[in-house]
Amino acid sequence: MRLSVQPEAFDPGAEANCFAAGASGAGAIVTFTGLVRNSAAGDLLAMQIEHYPGMTETAIAAMMDQAQARWSLIDALVIHRHGRLLPGDVIMMVATAAAHRAEAFAAAEFLMDYLKSRAPFWKCEITPAGAHWVAAKDSDEAALTRW
Amino acid sequence: MIDVLYFAWLRERIGVPREQVETSAATVADLVAELVAREERYALAFADRASLRVALDQQLAGFDAPLAGVREVAFFPPMTGG
Repeated sequence: MRLSVQPEAFDPGAEANCFAAGASGAGAIVTFTGLVRNSAAGDLLAMQIEHYPGMTETAIAAMMDQAQARWSLIDALVIHRHGRLLPGDVIMMVATAAAHRAEAFAAAEFLMDYLKSRAPFWKCEITPAGAHWVAAKDSDEAALTRW
Repeated sequence: MIDVLYFAWLRERIGVPREQVETSAATVADLVAELVAREERYALAFADRASLRVALDQQLAGFDAPLAGVREVAFFPPMTGG
């Protein structure tokens, strides 16, 4: 399993290929890539992502261990960026490898739900009107109850 | 001495990302009460406790959690990762 919390951009296609090449014995690989979405008004200048160095890695590693045990994953990958990003930039990706697709999909969704609400990242949107912190959605918290 | 960290809008309201606090508070809630009594900026930052989360030594905890043996306390708004 590999986890990287980094400011640098990365190539999700290259990461997916590398992940697949290393997942021997897998019958299914699911990948998810998250991008910086523009604001409803289309005026997003940048997205600043703050995190809690140390806790971020510990929290995500714990989620990955849980996912691996629960869905018998062959491998898992999480890459999450922080710092200043632009609309359309890749923020993060998750990849899971399992014997069958049901496990790979479920584990990827589980990791996404937990990353949203339990990994210490905070998004700040910068528009011509100023900067504002993105509020957590009740639906993101509610999504955890299904696990 | 305990290290206290603040993130996101909480950090902006308090004005520092981290500080060392001399405290004998027994719980997180007691520490918050001490900070709030200290200066207006803390009172404003901690006005809505329900909108805040806390971590003790980098593990999520509750406001009623004891501080004995804890080296690092972090306060922050609900997380928005992914």
